[in-house]
Amino acid sequence: MTPSVLAGLVGAALVGLGLYGLILHPHPLRKLLAFNLIGSGVFLVFGIVARRGAAVGFRFDPVPQAMVITGIVVAFAASALAVALILRLSAETSRVTLDPEAWTRRNGEDAE
Amino acid sequence: MITLLDLFSIAAISAGTFFFFAGTVGLLRFPDSLTRLHALAKADNLGLGLVALGLLPRADSALSALKLIVIWVLVLLSGASSAQLIGRALRRGRK
Amino acid sequence: MSLLAFLDILLALLVVAVAVWTIVARDLFAAVVGYVAYGLLLAFVWIRLYAPDVALTEAAVGGGVTGVLLITAGKRLGALKNVAPEAQPGFAFRLLAGALAALVAGAIGAAILMLPEQPPSLAPEAAAAASTAGAGLGNPITAVLMSYRSFDTMLEKIVLILAVVGVWSVGSDKAWGGAPAPFRQSKPYAPMVFLAQMLAPIGVLIGIHMFWTGANAPGGAFQGGALLAAMWMVIMMARLVEPPRVDAQWLRLALVAGPAVFLISGIAGEVAAGSFFAYPPSLAKPIILLIEAFMLLSIAAALPMLVAGPPNEGPG
Repeated sequence: MTPSVLAGLVGAALVGLGLYGLILHPHPLRKLLAFNLIGSGVFLVFGIVARRGAAVGFRFDPVPQAMVITGIVVAFAASALAVALILRLSAETSRVTLDPEAWTRRNGEDAE
Repeated sequence: MITLLDLFSIAAISAGTFFFFAGTVGLLRFPDSLTRLHALAKADNLGLGLVALGLLPRADSALSALKLIVIWVLVLLSGASSAQLIGRALRRGRK
Repeated sequence: MSLLAFLDILLALLVVAVAVWTIVARDLFAAVVGYVAYGLLLAFVWIRLYAPDVALTEAAVGGGVTGVLLITAGKRLGALKNVAPEAQPGFAFRLLAGALAALVAGAIGAAILMLPEQPPSLAPEAAAAASTAGAGLGNPITAVLMSYRSFDTMLEKIVLILAVVGVWSVGSDKAWGGAPAPFRQSKPYAPMVFLAQMLAPIGVLIGIHMFWTGANAPGGAFQGGALLAAMWMVIMMARLVEPPRVDAQWLRLALVAGPAVFLISGIAGEVAAGSFFAYPPSLAKPIILLIEAFMLLSIAAALPMLVAGPPNEGPG
């Protein structure tokens, strides 16, 4: 099992985990975390494509790697925009969901 | 054939690994957040220093060896500062 | 089984274990800490895939800056950052979500195991394009980013600026033009100030170095820019400097400089070298370094503004 195949399977597992978290968690920030997990899993799968594309003179295919670098920065920009929207929603309506039956904890404790 | 420098590297890196292990045992076994912080801050920094020391003979050039030392100093700096900040937050009752 | 293969499998299991922790942790702060650790471990995986540039970017942007963003968001949400236990979904829902996730993961895993034996590769085309442009760059990733796929990189810089505009637009109308909320509310604390004063000069030096060696070794404008952005954020967290006003001229100029210089050189390429975004062969490397320098400035300005958030109605 080469490192590429192993990394690819890890990427697949991460996409599955992220999807589970995205569907499951009601809180939007946790959904954002899970979404980032999906994103990095997809980048990993693309990364093994880069490693497998080794040609004469190179140990990797630079085009997918350049795309992954671009993708990481764009994913961060999207996360920042999502966070800004969530914070604004919470400032305006004192809840983090558009669902009228709010479920958020009110007393500010951390979960144990 | 293992030279003296290789032996030195193996000894230093093993000692560093032992300190990391000790710090992790402290993290898992100590009763309180402050004591765990103490274990991590001391043991991990020393462990990293020993690992960096063990890697010095294997560096390509004097510049790479200097970079290893700089990495250790930077981790020391940020580790110590963040231990202070975490300690302060713990003392004020936040988790 | 060789030692390296054993370490690979150990690393893979560790990455998946930390990802599982990120999903199942109940507190937001614990999940974000897990995500930062996951990002750093993922950087190791990238190194094993012979991708040091991606490893640097993942550690700096994916792990570091995203972690700061999420922790700041958790702090600003305050009481709303966790969900009460009675609102967690029930067992049937979990089962269904788990089945769907397993299906998707299995499909992707099967696709990976069935990839063709002789992989297609764009490496020869990229190398040919980079060398005919006379780039003379030793790092093929930088050559691809700035020469073979320069248009994509410019569009991505514009996406960053759009994200900043989006984040600023979310602020309330009364606060438009003001400064974002400071990173911490209380007075500056001595160890934090010490850290900022010691770390920032070194960090700025290392960031510029990473950008400069990106021409021939792993590095580049993104990685260096992320480090510079982190240093500015550390200084803002120590309250040695406050987040600037959103309508500050210098800030807007710094944000726009990167894509603007990129676009101008692309249009000039039409005139000077015959096609959009071509570089005249003798001047290719200096032009690329010039564009990258301005990109560095824009990234170092954009990332902290994205974390700082929209303008806030503070006092005065």
